[in-house]
Amino acid sequence: MSKQITVPFGPQHPVLPEPIHLDLVLEDERVVDVIPSIGYVHRGLEKLVEKREYPEYIYVAERICGICSYVHSNTYAECIEHIMKIEVPERAQYLRTIWSEYSRLHSHLLWLGLFADGMGFESVFMNAWKLREHILDDMEATTGGRVIQGVCKVGGVRKDITPEKLDEMVKGLKGMEPALRDLTSVFFNDASVSHRLKGVGILQKGDAYTLGAVGPTARGSGIGIDLRQTGYAAYGKINFKPVVEQSGDCYARCAVRAKELFTSIDIIEQCVKKIPEGPIEVKVTGAPDGEYFARAEQPRGEVVHYIKGNGKRNLVRHRVRTPTFTNIPPLVTLLKGCELADVPMIVLSIDPCVGCAER
Amino acid sequence: MTLNQQTTIPIGIDELVARTAQQKKDGCRLVQIGCTQIGDDFEINYVFDKDFVLTNLRITVKQDTVVPSVSSVYFGAFVYENEIHDLYGIAVAGINIDFKGHFYRTTIKNPFTVTITKEDTSCQNK
Repeated sequence: MSKQITVPFGPQHPVLPEPIHLDLVLEDERVVDVIPSIGYVHRGLEKLVEKREYPEYIYVAERICGICSYVHSNTYAECIEHIMKIEVPERAQYLRTIWSEYSRLHSHLLWLGLFADGMGFESVFMNAWKLREHILDDMEATTGGRVIQGVCKVGGVRKDITPEKLDEMVKGLKGMEPALRDLTSVFFNDASVSHRLKGVGILQKGDAYTLGAVGPTARGSGIGIDLRQTGYAAYGKINFKPVVEQSGDCYARCAVRAKELFTSIDIIEQCVKKIPEGPIEVKVTGAPDGEYFARAEQPRGEVVHYIKGNGKRNLVRHRVRTPTFTNIPPLVTLLKGCELADVPMIVLSIDPCVGCAER
Repeated sequence: MTLNQQTTIPIGIDELVARTAQQKKDGCRLVQIGCTQIGDDFEINYVFDKDFVLTNLRITVKQDTVVPSVSSVYFGAFVYENEIHDLYGIAVAGINIDFKGHFYRTTIKNPFTVTITKEDTSCQNK
């Protein structure tokens, strides 16, 4: 057996937008063990339920993450609405679905840019972020916020979108499709990308399931778990199939996200065709008394919001399990046996969001 | 209609590992483990999913109770068990990767057991 050495990876590293630390135990250039450490950006946001009443706490829930912020507010609202048996107007459900898919588009394009940059593919990085700007512009135009939207509330949504704007949004997305196809085909048909990603960081289907992988990390290993299939918001009225790849390597996880860009555009188009007229919110009185686990499909996978209330304005408990948190054990497993030079690509292939994970 | 059936089953701490192993045998995945403080008691929820149906095994313990780890059944449980230890001070015995209180870096020991009143502004403007 070769002599083992431990190489620290992170918390500051060129490919890491957020701090996570990995102790990589190496034999020569091969990783034989991994000890992950987080905790650099733990904010204890869940504890703020004691200081903020449940209707205003949605602003805190939204700030758990700066990328999938909208989905956090949506899931929090759905959790409270389920406990309080609030019927959210159908138009609000469709609007929530549209904004959720816009979140996915901007998150996946952000990831694609970062991933390409991590490989030194700077033209893809710049083009991905150029396209992402269109998505953020639409989010800003319809919600008022680029990063934190603040549009979701318990009982509905705060803003409506005019039919003209909805048509303009679909037209914009359809116009963007050829550029997205070019961008993704340039990336995925590139010989050096295939060489770096195919057969690297393989997560077997059985391991992915028992280790709790979610989102594109699970779907890249052949597991068709996609919480949108449960039909929350307006997803129950939309036709779509989860994107699933079988090979379980970095390339498969990346391909899932690339294909999901087009699924999101299709879902938004269907929503715009089907969205009914009507109110966008209902009046909410009282306070939640009970508990519920609400789940949604964030760009990185399943997010769980658990809420327990006792009939008072301040909740007893709000607990969030984010997709990156549950994707840490699979990351540990798929790093074992890889080459040291492949570690950055494998870490980026799960699209980690550490701020989200630590809350 | 949203498919999200969920059932909570209170169990004894002595049944925990066996019931968790049974969940794995039944083809369930571990969704999360989370803790809630209710007065002097702590509810720990072990949530499993199969085909979008949630089963929540719940144990209720005191802070000085030593909870057995289920990381021998589900490897990924170590992140949740270390989190519960660091935020609530509940000891978990036999975690496969035990950070021994250093999973989160917190300024207050067991911060989620400290009650913050609405009037308390000590955490602000620092």
